[in-house]
Amino acid sequence: MNFETVIGLEVHAELATKSKIFCSCPTDFGAPRNSQVCPICLGHPGTLPRLNRKVVEYAVMAGLATGCRIAEFSCMDRKNYFYPDLPKAYQISQDAYPLCLDGGLTVEGDSGGKFIRIERIHIEEDAGKLIHSRDEILADYNRCGIPLIEVVTAPDMRSAAEARAFVSELRTILRCLGVSDCRMQEGGLRCDVNISVRPTGSAKLGERTEIKNLNSFQFIEKAIEYESRRQIDILTAGGTVRRETRRFDEQTGTTHTLREKETAADYRFFPEPDIPPLRLSPADIEALAARLPELPAARRKRYAALGLPAADVHILTEDRALSDYFDRAIAAGKHPRITANLLLSEYLRLSEGESFSCPVAPERLAAVADLAGAGTVNASTAKKLAARLWEGDFDPAETVLREGLGQICDEGVLREGIRSVFSENEGLVAQIRAGKTAAAKALVGKCMGRFGGRAEPRLLNRLVDEALKK
Amino acid sequence: MMNELISRDIHTLAAGLQRKDFSAVELVRAHIDRIRSREADISALITQTEEHALARAAEADARLAGGDAPLLCGIPFVLKDNICTEGIPTTCASRMLADYIPPYSATAYARLQEAGAVLLGKGNMDEFSMGSSTENSAFYPTRNPLDPIRVPGGSSGGPATAVAAGEVPFALGSDTGGSIRQPAAFCGLVGMKPTYGTVSRHGLVAFASSLDQIGPLTRTVRDNAAVLSCISGPDGQDDTARYTFAAAEDLFSGDIRGITVGLLRFPGDETDSAVRAAIEDTAAALAERGAQIREVTLLALKDALPAYYILSSAEASANLARYDGVRYGARAGSAGTPDELFCTTRSTYFGPEVRRRILLGTYALSAGHRDAFYLRAQNAARRIRTAFAENFAVCDCLLCPTAPTVAFPFREKTDPVAMYLGDLFTVPASLAGIPAISLPCGTSDGLPIGVQIMAAAGNDGLLYRLAAVIEEVHA
Repeated sequence: MNFETVIGLEVHAELATKSKIFCSCPTDFGAPRNSQVCPICLGHPGTLPRLNRKVVEYAVMAGLATGCRIAEFSCMDRKNYFYPDLPKAYQISQDAYPLCLDGGLTVEGDSGGKFIRIERIHIEEDAGKLIHSRDEILADYNRCGIPLIEVVTAPDMRSAAEARAFVSELRTILRCLGVSDCRMQEGGLRCDVNISVRPTGSAKLGERTEIKNLNSFQFIEKAIEYESRRQIDILTAGGTVRRETRRFDEQTGTTHTLREKETAADYRFFPEPDIPPLRLSPADIEALAARLPELPAARRKRYAALGLPAADVHILTEDRALSDYFDRAIAAGKHPRITANLLLSEYLRLSEGESFSCPVAPERLAAVADLAGAGTVNASTAKKLAARLWEGDFDPAETVLREGLGQICDEGVLREGIRSVFSENEGLVAQIRAGKTAAAKALVGKCMGRFGGRAEPRLLNRLVDEALKK
Repeated sequence: MMNELISRDIHTLAAGLQRKDFSAVELVRAHIDRIRSREADISALITQTEEHALARAAEADARLAGGDAPLLCGIPFVLKDNICTEGIPTTCASRMLADYIPPYSATAYARLQEAGAVLLGKGNMDEFSMGSSTENSAFYPTRNPLDPIRVPGGSSGGPATAVAAGEVPFALGSDTGGSIRQPAAFCGLVGMKPTYGTVSRHGLVAFASSLDQIGPLTRTVRDNAAVLSCISGPDGQDDTARYTFAAAEDLFSGDIRGITVGLLRFPGDETDSAVRAAIEDTAAALAERGAQIREVTLLALKDALPAYYILSSAEASANLARYDGVRYGARAGSAGTPDELFCTTRSTYFGPEVRRRILLGTYALSAGHRDAFYLRAQNAARRIRTAFAENFAVCDCLLCPTAPTVAFPFREKTDPVAMYLGDLFTVPASLAGIPAISLPCGTSDGLPIGVQIMAAAGNDGLLYRLAAVIEEVHA
């Protein structure tokens, strides 16, 4: 019997606000333990949460960018449970009335583009972090009150690859919006996976398990693959899958029972009395919609229409800063493909840090691309010029003139040079003519060297070929 | 000199301070002496802040010397011990917080300090405000200064007693289902629960967040309005604080002509006849002054008590969950799992009434019981709000007793439900978030009877206007 895997995701993304969701503590990662806390996020008696409006704005932008309907009325709720990392013993989240509803994303599915429905996006606070040692548990509350959005999908994915594609697209969008850094290694993007299997063709969903807290693409894929295999093996052996919460073991790549359904927590949700319901007018929502940047999907479409290779399109749209830089450059020039090529080959590797940054004015890069596009300089000179711009600013066109970097296209001049290279390398020429064609490249290189790298490459190639055949 | 300064109202004392008849330090010393002589008998306070008070009084004198000092400058007061005071213990009369010293101050306290008022101590209360007699204090009961075998009411019994015994001219209490109004009635004071959202709850240790309000306990109506003016208004620390009370110029003109007063009849009311008679007399006195009296019955109120006990306990079960022994407060042992630590700490340091309410509230919110309890109670509260709104469209305010009896003797109500039934008249205003005031309207066997007036949300001034007339009638 063949089986189909059915996957739904709950993705938690940290919002990139400067302060926490209910107090003014900073949200910087990596600060000394318990240094970013105050009576409010420590849940001291008498303290009250005050909702950070930026959190609402960011979450609404995330909702708009993922095709969600924004609720004009939504409400915070208390989710009650005891744990040493949760100072109030309840998490302020949203239950019955979430901020965003009924959206979705089209991602690269197993067979072409596929729409994955998003059921809801809500806002909530993060908990602290426990550090277990042999005989004690230490608590770090810096993360308490860091704002999160939780994106809940419908069970629309059918493979680890589709789940990965969804998380990846969501991450790209959130980063493009600037509402989340989605730093997975810092826990800035975490994923709970709901997974079940059923005989192919069956309309009924199988019993599902939930795998908690996966924080890398690799773990998401591995966990899904392992868990789907495990469930199929159970069913094939005539057993039944139990509804339960499981934990992924990063060392072994396997999943283990965390708690069974019978002992599932009862969170006793009720409306948070300290925070009045959120009311957003259509005008509020429109104002936020107007602030949305062009989204990755639209950028991708536009870049593909420019004739850029798919791989370049992908890299350019991964990083909003890179894409914005590219857009400024192509607005200033006429040759987007050369611009993309120079940008990705010369600048991307030099840029340090998480998002692209570059000291070269995009107009300068465009000028170099235009010089190459017009045939004024060849590709190798263009790359050298681009690299020199990183070191310090200059006017590329003027420099080409002043330093005589222009491409040499004069056949007479080129033939003259080739002749003298041939006579200096008679042995090599003889070997090539005797059939060692692989050495021809070296010969072309020597000829190019004769012209200081400035010869028009295709013309030079043709003339060397002709000379060899003589 | 000393006796002249005790049991006076704020306005009289403030006038004396402004005239330099006496200094703030003298005023504070007189009250410290009063506390020393009375505390052994009444136990109104949990913490006394003499040193702090004398330093503050000296500052007040400097300010008074400069002229232009606010009304409350130099006036001593007491806070209920669930209002956070930076550097000064705030215990909620619980063993759980017996050693807790808050790292910050409540807004209401900060505003009194800015006005120059002088904190003399923290008042006893029912543990975490759960009770109506102050018998649930984990430390000791407080005695009614008018009759020491009787309770002062609760849960703000300590602050009420401190004012009634002349230890301070005013106090702040907190009211969730009657905790300011009922002790005011039992101690013969003016006690105000403002419209929900008038006083910031920042720094008020939460019992039931959607119902809790801080309010003044005073000897006079005028004092009460002055204190509320000082502490009311948004502070940016409490998203639910949105009203500001400002006493209108003609608030105490005595003119109540044309005001419609509903004499509120309760379904299932078993009020003492003496109390009932005092309320009828009050209504008649208001009618004589030009108010229009009509009888009002609101059927929705029949569910008020159960709805209140379910909703307040549900919120309390979450609000008190943070006392787990991990970050502050008491901790039982240190061995074992976190769950064992939570259980032992909470079972050891919460008193029986607090444990009862946490269990009740947890049950009411649990899967399988939520619909029958929490959601039903929410619906009942909604019906009560609607009933009040409809009533206030045709009737300016409502009059009824504050409590069905006068102050009762200690250990008279050992059955918790019997105790809960005493809150019949006070919980409706809490559920509806509307303002309600209690003030004396007569006596029964020498014990004060309290009358309660309620009005629409934001109409706190109307309560003072009527209360001033009642006060004058009984003067």
